[in-house]
Amino acid sequence: MTPGTNTGRLRVEWSPGSDRLTGICHCGAEHRADDPVEIWTWLLAHPDHDTD
Amino acid sequence: MVFARNQWYVVAYGEEVGDGLLARTVCGEPLVLYRTGAGEAVALADRCVHRRFPLSESNRDGDRIVCGYHGFTYDPDGTCVAVPGQTRVPRTARVPAYQIVERDSLVWVWIGDGRGDAAAIPRAPWLESPSYTTVRGMEPLAARYELLVDNLLDLSHETYLHAGYIGTPEVAQTPITTETDEEAGVVHVSRRMKDVECPPFYSRSTGIDGRIDRWQDIEYHPPGFYLLHSRIAPTGVEPGPDGDDSDAFHVEVGYAIVPETETTTHDFWWVARDFALDDAEVSAFLHDSNRTVVLQDVVALNKLEKVMASEPAGHQELSINIDTGGLAARRMLQKLTAR
Ligand code: FES
Ligand SMILES: [Fe+2]
Repeated sequence: MTPGTNTGRLRVEWSPGSDRLTGICHCGAEHRADDPVEIWTWLLAHPDHDTD
Repeated sequence: MVFARNQWYVVAYGEEVGDGLLARTVCGEPLVLYRTGAGEAVALADRCVHRRFPLSESNRDGDRIVCGYHGFTYDPDGTCVAVPGQTRVPRTARVPAYQIVERDSLVWVWIGDGRGDAAAIPRAPWLESPSYTTVRGMEPLAARYELLVDNLLDLSHETYLHAGYIGTPEVAQTPITTETDEEAGVVHVSRRMKDVECPPFYSRSTGIDGRIDRWQDIEYHPPGFYLLHSRIAPTGVEPGPDGDDSDAFHVEVGYAIVPETETTTHDFWWVARDFALDDAEVSAFLHDSNRTVVLQDVVALNKLEKVMASEPAGHQELSINIDTGGLAARRMLQKLTAR
């Protein structure tokens, strides 16, 4: 997803073959974790999230 | 719990509203519905202003309702036009009339203040499309509507609760992608299964007997509208480069999840298909199997409601990857109920 497009779209992908989730913010920042609560908390912290 | 007010809710299927007086409660508000001689659907508060007798248990006189207790008579806009034993009608004698919009064969009611924007109503065009055949129904659920939202946002439970109907082992094993569209207020959950077992629900209705590619694309429009775009095709049958997908079977499953009271819900469901359009046997099969599936959920959620009611608030839950969509849905619902 191109940063800046789809303002307001937050995406969580479940990486196939693993237990990991990847959160992708509409600003383009990404975060990986294996707990959906952590992923949403991180996504919703925008713009106050660090990229990892 | 507070209801999400200032929202559109499905209150009935178009064909349910007719000459009779239909009682239906939405978000704790008792309504009476009927259709005028001109074909307009009307929804009034289901309580007479005099002594609160239910208007749904009263009588019609043309487009008016005559209260079955002492005869207060109401116009379709809720104005009282006659009271017994006197010519003067008290100025304050009126029952609230609710804004109604009929669209895609669904009757929507605005629960809230002022007038709702009809353009905000989500669409389900296949319900009236000649290219689809639809079967549908509605089951009462003795559980809070949030439990049904949770249930439908996570189809992994198909594997366990609906084995033998729509569930196969692959459903719970296939990764999902979740997306929230904050502007549109929609949660999308997608699961694409390749070369998997065909569950009886689809093999018997489509006639496919081998392995399939199965797509599930969910759109949840909080608070209460849910669409599951389901695509089934023999493995290897892909949409063409121009997007043409006419070699696949499409099933549009939908739910209107409508809070009745704090702990009961109207579970409207439908299955629309773009194949075997005139085949009554396929219709009967899809109707009966989907109703069975819905009732399996109803039984499970009714049990869950009892458990929740018996426990103090704030019980601990554990969320895992399959709950990603459900968590997104809950958050959007919380935003709506907090307003
Ligand atoms: S309660 Fe309706 S007229 Fe008395
Ligand atoms: Fe289910």
